[in-house]
Amino acid sequence: MGAVHISTTINGDTVEYICRPDESLLDVLRDRLGMTGSKEGCGTGDCGACSVTIDGRLVCSCLVLGAEAGGHEIETIEGMADGDKLHPLQQSFLEHAALQCGICTPGFLIAARSLLERNPDPTETEVRYWLAGNLCRCTGYDKIVRAVMDTAKDMKKKGRRNAA
Amino acid sequence: MRYEAPDTIKAAVGVLSKARGTSRILAGGTDLLVQMRSGMLEPDLIVDIKKIPGMFDITSEKGGYRIGAAVSGAELGEHPKVRKFWPGVVEAVELIGSTQIQGRATMVGNLCNASPAADSVPALITAGAVARVVGPKRARNVPVEEIAIAPGKTSLKKGEFVASIFLPKPKARSGEAYLRFIPRTEMDIAVVGAGVSLTLNAKGKCTDARVALGAVGPRAIVVDKAAAALIGTTVDKATLDKLAEICSAAAKPIDDKRGTKAFRIKVAGVLARRAAAIALKRAKG
Repeated sequence: MGAVHISTTINGDTVEYICRPDESLLDVLRDRLGMTGSKEGCGTGDCGACSVTIDGRLVCSCLVLGAEAGGHEIETIEGMADGDKLHPLQQSFLEHAALQCGICTPGFLIAARSLLERNPDPTETEVRYWLAGNLCRCTGYDKIVRAVMDTAKDMKKKGRRNAA
Repeated sequence: MRYEAPDTIKAAVGVLSKARGTSRILAGGTDLLVQMRSGMLEPDLIVDIKKIPGMFDITSEKGGYRIGAAVSGAELGEHPKVRKFWPGVVEAVELIGSTQIQGRATMVGNLCNASPAADSVPALITAGAVARVVGPKRARNVPVEEIAIAPGKTSLKKGEFVASIFLPKPKARSGEAYLRFIPRTEMDIAVVGAGVSLTLNAKGKCTDARVALGAVGPRAIVVDKAAAALIGTTVDKATLDKLAEICSAAAKPIDDKRGTKAFRIKVAGVLARRAAAIALKRAKG
């Protein structure tokens, strides 16, 4: 089985790795690069725990081959906080207790950030549909949806303040 | 397993033609990687076509649009012209999977995976879509309904793959719609799907129609008799009743975990009638 040598960008840093041709990007992130923030729930694209963005597009990293990732811009949960400063969504998830066991949380955060980048003022229905590919077996989703809605409201307020 | 990412169609065809064992095309990978992981499939060769120029393009052609094989559902849905011209195709593609799946899954992949329940296929059929098949011989244009021949099987020969799908320009006063039944509102596989396209003349009479059903046979069923029942009418209630009856009769489903045969036969008619009503509304503008 011929190994593949890949050079790509992850959270703004150039990263090189060698992987097997049938290895998923999720396995590369976790097992080769030590970035264990992205989780494996189902491994079949149903649960969203492995969500990352590639060139700004939300995807399941379990359904991407490591071999395909060359030359792209990949964003993972490890790049979400700015040093010790949490992303507003991360802060909001803490404040709303929008997590219990935490396995689904990185995926929800990456997916929610992708939503707010495209739609800064989503309705509850839009939030729920956008996050339909992220499964949580603990919270019952309400706290997660409220955390996302509140972040959107806060970011809008801050945006107005910055504009003024 | 070998992974190849050639940068021309010719090179991709060359690799595929020479390959021994099982080869698969990789574009979005949302079916392929699941099949590999579940052990259903152990390919000897994967040919990633995303390095080939044009695979991500949506280009206007003769008043219609050509959609590259690697264009994702999300990209298709974000294209304002495609949305406007083919609302039925776009709504069918957008029904496939979650936001994450939409970021990768492609319409061509949905077609070539050859699932009887593929959502985009009945809508593509009613839109008159044509697949561009490339291979060792000259490229050929194949109506989408001739690609899948049985569950998981296509009419593509060794070395061939679908490089793009052409959606021909919709006629004036035409409309199309796709509906599917699933037991919830999101994230499921069709129990029944129905696509209808129709064209009206200036007096509101139907002059052309296409009807296709999904998930009620080994592949999507083109129901010419249902289309014939619409043509020449104003698509009134009696016509819609007849359409439903014909579609139920044309459905040849099986019992499985997603639905019973009897239920699917009934719902095939109901969905075709509702899709026709939406298509009619869209045709009237």
